[in-house]
Amino acid sequence: MRFIRFLAVVLILILIVAAGLFAIAWRGEIEPVAAVDPSSFNEDLVAQGAQLAAVGNCIACHTVPGQPAFAGGLAIPTPFGTIYSTNITPDPESGIGNWSEEAFQRAMREGVDRQGRYLYPAFPYDHFTLVTDEDNRALYAFLMTREPVRSTPPQNDLPFPFNMRMILAGWNLLFLDKGPFQPDTAQSEEWNRGAYLAEGLGHCGACHTPRNRFGAVDSDRHFAGGEAEGWQAYAINATSPAPIPWDADSLAFYLRHGWHEWHGVSRGPMAEVTGNLGLLPDRDIAAIATYVASVMGEPDQTRRERAEQLKAEISQGQTAVQAAPATDTQAGDAQHPGAAIYASACAGCHNGSKPLPFGGLRFSLSTAVNAPNPQNIVNVVLFGLPPSDGEASAVMPAFANVLDDQQMADLLAYMRERYSEAPAWEDVADLVARTRSGQYKVAVRPADGIERGPENVGASGGAEDAED
Amino acid sequence: MAISLNVNGETHEIDVDPATPLLYVLRNDLELNAAKFGCGLGQCGACTVVVDGEAVLSCVTPVSLMEGREITTVEGLGTIEEPGPLQAAFMEMQAAQCGYCIPGMMMSAHALLRKNAEPSDREIRDALMTNLCRCGTHMRILAAIRRAGELMQQASAPTERRAG
Amino acid sequence: MTIIPKDEFNTQGRNGITRRSVLVGTGALIVSFAIAPHVSAQPQPAPPAAAPEPPQLPGSLNDTRRLDSWIRIDAEGEITVFTGKVELGQGIKTALRQVAAEELEVEPGEINLITADTGRTPDEGFTAGSQSMQNSGTAIRNAAAQVREILITEAARRWNVPRETLRAEAKSIVAQDGRTIGYGELVTDQLLAVEAQPESLLKSPDKLRVMGQSLPRVDIPGKVTGGVAYVQDLRLEGMLHARVVRPPSPSAQLQEVDTAAVEQMPGVVSVIRDGSFLAVVAEGEFQAISAMRALQQAARWTEQPVLPDQNNLQAFLEATKGDIGTVAEEGSPEVTGKIFEATFRRPYQIHGSIGPSCAVAHMDNGQLTVWSHTQGVYPDQEAIAEMLGMDIAQVRVIHMEGSGCYGHNGADDAAADAALIASAVPGRPIRVQWMREDEHAWEPFGPAMLTKIRAGVGDDGRITGWNYELWSNLHSSRPGGAGNLLAARHRAQAFAVPAPRFNISQSGNGDRNANPLYVFPNRRVLWHYVPETPLRVSALRALGAYANVFSIESTMDELALLAGTDPVEFRLRHLEDPRARAVVERAAEEFGWSSGAPKGDRGRGFAFARYKNHAAYLAVALELELERETGRTRVSRAVAAIDSGEAVNPDGIRNQTQGGIIQATSWTLFEQVTFDNTRVTSTDWSSYPILRFPSAPDSVEVHVIDSPGQPFLGTGEAAQGPTPAAIGNAFRQLTGVRLYDLPFTRERVKQAIGV
Repeated sequence: MRFIRFLAVVLILILIVAAGLFAIAWRGEIEPVAAVDPSSFNEDLVAQGAQLAAVGNCIACHTVPGQPAFAGGLAIPTPFGTIYSTNITPDPESGIGNWSEEAFQRAMREGVDRQGRYLYPAFPYDHFTLVTDEDNRALYAFLMTREPVRSTPPQNDLPFPFNMRMILAGWNLLFLDKGPFQPDTAQSEEWNRGAYLAEGLGHCGACHTPRNRFGAVDSDRHFAGGEAEGWQAYAINATSPAPIPWDADSLAFYLRHGWHEWHGVSRGPMAEVTGNLGLLPDRDIAAIATYVASVMGEPDQTRRERAEQLKAEISQGQTAVQAAPATDTQAGDAQHPGAAIYASACAGCHNGSKPLPFGGLRFSLSTAVNAPNPQNIVNVVLFGLPPSDGEASAVMPAFANVLDDQQMADLLAYMRERYSEAPAWEDVADLVARTRSGQYKVAVRPADGIERGPENVGASGGAEDAED
Repeated sequence: MAISLNVNGETHEIDVDPATPLLYVLRNDLELNAAKFGCGLGQCGACTVVVDGEAVLSCVTPVSLMEGREITTVEGLGTIEEPGPLQAAFMEMQAAQCGYCIPGMMMSAHALLRKNAEPSDREIRDALMTNLCRCGTHMRILAAIRRAGELMQQASAPTERRAG
Repeated sequence: MTIIPKDEFNTQGRNGITRRSVLVGTGALIVSFAIAPHVSAQPQPAPPAAAPEPPQLPGSLNDTRRLDSWIRIDAEGEITVFTGKVELGQGIKTALRQVAAEELEVEPGEINLITADTGRTPDEGFTAGSQSMQNSGTAIRNAAAQVREILITEAARRWNVPRETLRAEAKSIVAQDGRTIGYGELVTDQLLAVEAQPESLLKSPDKLRVMGQSLPRVDIPGKVTGGVAYVQDLRLEGMLHARVVRPPSPSAQLQEVDTAAVEQMPGVVSVIRDGSFLAVVAEGEFQAISAMRALQQAARWTEQPVLPDQNNLQAFLEATKGDIGTVAEEGSPEVTGKIFEATFRRPYQIHGSIGPSCAVAHMDNGQLTVWSHTQGVYPDQEAIAEMLGMDIAQVRVIHMEGSGCYGHNGADDAAADAALIASAVPGRPIRVQWMREDEHAWEPFGPAMLTKIRAGVGDDGRITGWNYELWSNLHSSRPGGAGNLLAARHRAQAFAVPAPRFNISQSGNGDRNANPLYVFPNRRVLWHYVPETPLRVSALRALGAYANVFSIESTMDELALLAGTDPVEFRLRHLEDPRARAVVERAAEEFGWSSGAPKGDRGRGFAFARYKNHAAYLAVALELELERETGRTRVSRAVAAIDSGEAVNPDGIRNQTQGGIIQATSWTLFEQVTFDNTRVTSTDWSSYPILRFPSAPDSVEVHVIDSPGQPFLGTGEAAQGPTPAAIGNAFRQLTGVRLYDLPFTRERVKQAIGV
């Protein structure tokens, strides 16, 4: 008897706790609104929203290449399954056409949609939560004045329990630090502006910070490097592997133009970022650069010296007389199996004689060669940089069908040895084989950074799409 | 360095600097005309050949890496007297103006059609993204490739299954 | 006396007179027209006054008057036809065969066609200006008809029958009783060694067998099966490979170069330095390339910042002190009514041949032979002879195809390079292949242009007045003198660039198509000639017509808006030429213009022009897609109607026109030469992008209006003017905003449409 009563109490307690949790977690539906009249929005507000949307790069995730903008349906692979982006055009039935501004604000701030359902953090609301009400208003104005498109994305492909959205309430409890952005009064206005943009809409950390096993960004390792669509997003804190350290100036140039003569060309998903940031005014770009540079901090003595050495080499290289063929090889190189491949396939463009962004980067400057994980350089050599459509942009041929896995590994080992002081990579041939196989998606976009890349470049992910 | 190359089913023993791009070996040592020099930078596709079934830009491909691989050029697709389906299709559609880019187009198409006999318009355009045509023959090239696909399917008669 | 149009593409040589016409005019019997001896390169004065005025002959026959200069038949009946024109990919080798075969009553396959060769063929100047059919086609057609009649006459003589009872058929003359005699049996040495007649008995349109048929191109089979087709494919015994190290900028001068190390490189035969001309010759091609790269590294140049600001070419052009020519003037220059005023700008653009220029030259015992894809073997021959201080008789230039040139590209310069190197390294053939960067930076560009327009429309919906001014270089720096050749300019004993002659001509140059064909009472059209050429410029397909028709046809749409009239109707209102009206109506109809504007993010635009106001008529209607978020535009559908006069090969006309539309689309959406104040920076396809397959349209329809019996009007350049205007008009229709700056980059589009 007593035992049964005990059980009943426990059960009731559990139910009360569950009800409590449910009460906390449950979000109500916000009333739908009638179709919003696009002309009701102030032009300047819409223009501001356009810029903010560029920072947020909304178009990239919410558009399938070749399909109408913002209509959703892009497959986003995650460790938990595949999520498809939603239609955020102002279509009342399949998009957000019947969302009030309040509903939009809540989605950005709390990650909950109009109907009260939790959104998956593949939509980086853990960053967008920082966006101010005012900026959200502008974003709302922008989205509501887009072309409505009737398009329903596919169902998410998530196994149990991940398909239960309610669990995100727990996730949010642990990992969502609700905004809006609070400036750091110890820092300058420019720094704060940069922090607001980078941490908020820019969601840089979403790629550039490692994630824990719950898929949340590990705030203890802020900007220590992460992964996106098959690419390594390099560390952009003090552990940045760039041979010549970034500073605010070089970062600003890079973000503005998508390339820098000491660092190379932005590739993969970063190409879109720099493409979109091209729309921002200089002062915003400078602000972001200032902020990120401050996170990187000043380089230590060793790195500074190495940087000076490299810069000297570059300027000398421009005036030195080279009697040997412009192949950039050194004595003793001929022993390494990768040296001959480098000399004939790479040196022609990469010997520094052709100016960036169109010529090839000198590899002594390459972060890819110096990074701990060779995934990026494997991607570039396998898939190249496809030409953009009608815009001047860096182009690189693909070598996937020229080099086999071992030849690729030899080549990369040679470059690592020759152009980096870091220890050799391991299991490169295996990585090449896995990348080639299409096991995971590798997004390859032209260097003009528009999410309209060709479908036949890169790896689409999933065994059924594996290449021959 | 002595290298053994398999081109269009024939083996050739040549002695050449291993760093030489495949394009020059094809044109000068083997006197094959179809693959063309357009840029030497891997940007225009005029040099496209097929290596082990994949389209490759021969101007940035060192010949030393080609040992043991199967190289196909336009000359391997047929002759004037007996043109292959791609060649027949390009002639039928009169898909050329100056014609300089056409061999590269054909090899990109060859690689595509062997894997996908009925490519969509989007798939053809993506496959030919690397190939430039300055004369503006694009529409006819697309039509010729579609036509070639048809001819290839007709050629694989119902009584005979095509391998691969 | 007939006025010979002083065309930049002067088909009759430089001063309207050629050596041949001089020699023939004296009445002397010439045994062969092989390299004419002892005639200097100086322009000849008029023929001797004693000889009577020679009658005007059709087409190029007027310069090369003997029938056997054009057509030869040997004893076996083998027919050889000679043309001074060249195959550029426009299908001329096929069309000329059709013309000859038609009148000679043989199959096209039985014609052996020899194209421009200073050793064998007539001098027809340059293959340019879309005049090959007009000049060579007309000459060959008439010559063939006359040869046929001569053969009939000869057969009649032999059989002693009236010539009216005989006919030509299948390479024979056939009598009513069925007797036949083959052409081979009829010809004698002197039978065709006669001057052509002014009139020919041309076959009537209803009797045509091969003209008007879309005969498959004779050159395509070889090109798709790996045949030797281009000068790039030429391989001669003992041939050496050469590469030129071009200066890094237009102003650059070679200061010093240590060639010692390069001379030691494997395979290197010679390093040539002559002033700023620097080249290396090697046994193997890759050896030459490797040596070239080393030589590039070793060379030191001085450079000057002489280039204008690429972002303000308007200021550069407007600052000119050049002459002003009046292109057209009628009524009053004052403009009344509802007025539209605008300024249009066009950047430098390149030909962008897919195959960089190439030439082979062989200096053998004082005789120089050059194989080149030049558009003009005779002018090139003269220029090269002048450059090397050789007698013209010792220089022979033979045309071999290159990739499409679209005007004056690097071909002549590559020929000069090869010739210069061959004279330094005689005995073995020298092959010069330009690199991609050479072609991109050193081919002569299509010049930047500025146009300003002020035009009005009255209450009656008709144009009241038109005031148009354009600023432009001369669009031609073809040889000409040696000074038009890069090698000659870069040598130590440099040849000066010849001063261009500014003149207003019937066919136009920078002012080509600047005078609208439309009928209205008041107009003034001026060309502000810009002599300053910090960047080398020359003829690019359609010359000034690209920018002029862009401006004119954009304006027509604006005036139509002011008049509240449909753009097609507005044009028809001002066109009286029935053939012009016909292409406009046909294009509009086939496009479905009357169905109204398309839905969604697509606009439609229309444009018309008659090339040079006396050549082919073309109208085009097209649809333009716009991607608002990115500023990308794409022509999705184009429908054109063209009247090229009598259509010899309708499919050839369609092919050329489709190509012209797509190429002009690429120019209009994407293309501009980029440069800083010293160097050209658009040096390859990554830095000068052109249209790729993803941007190609869904369909390009061309409707050929055949005008049998009418003169040939040419085809190749007709689409270049209307296409940019149709695109601009489509954009305007869709967005309400007009673009005035070419090209319509994504940035410009986004700026125009806002958010």
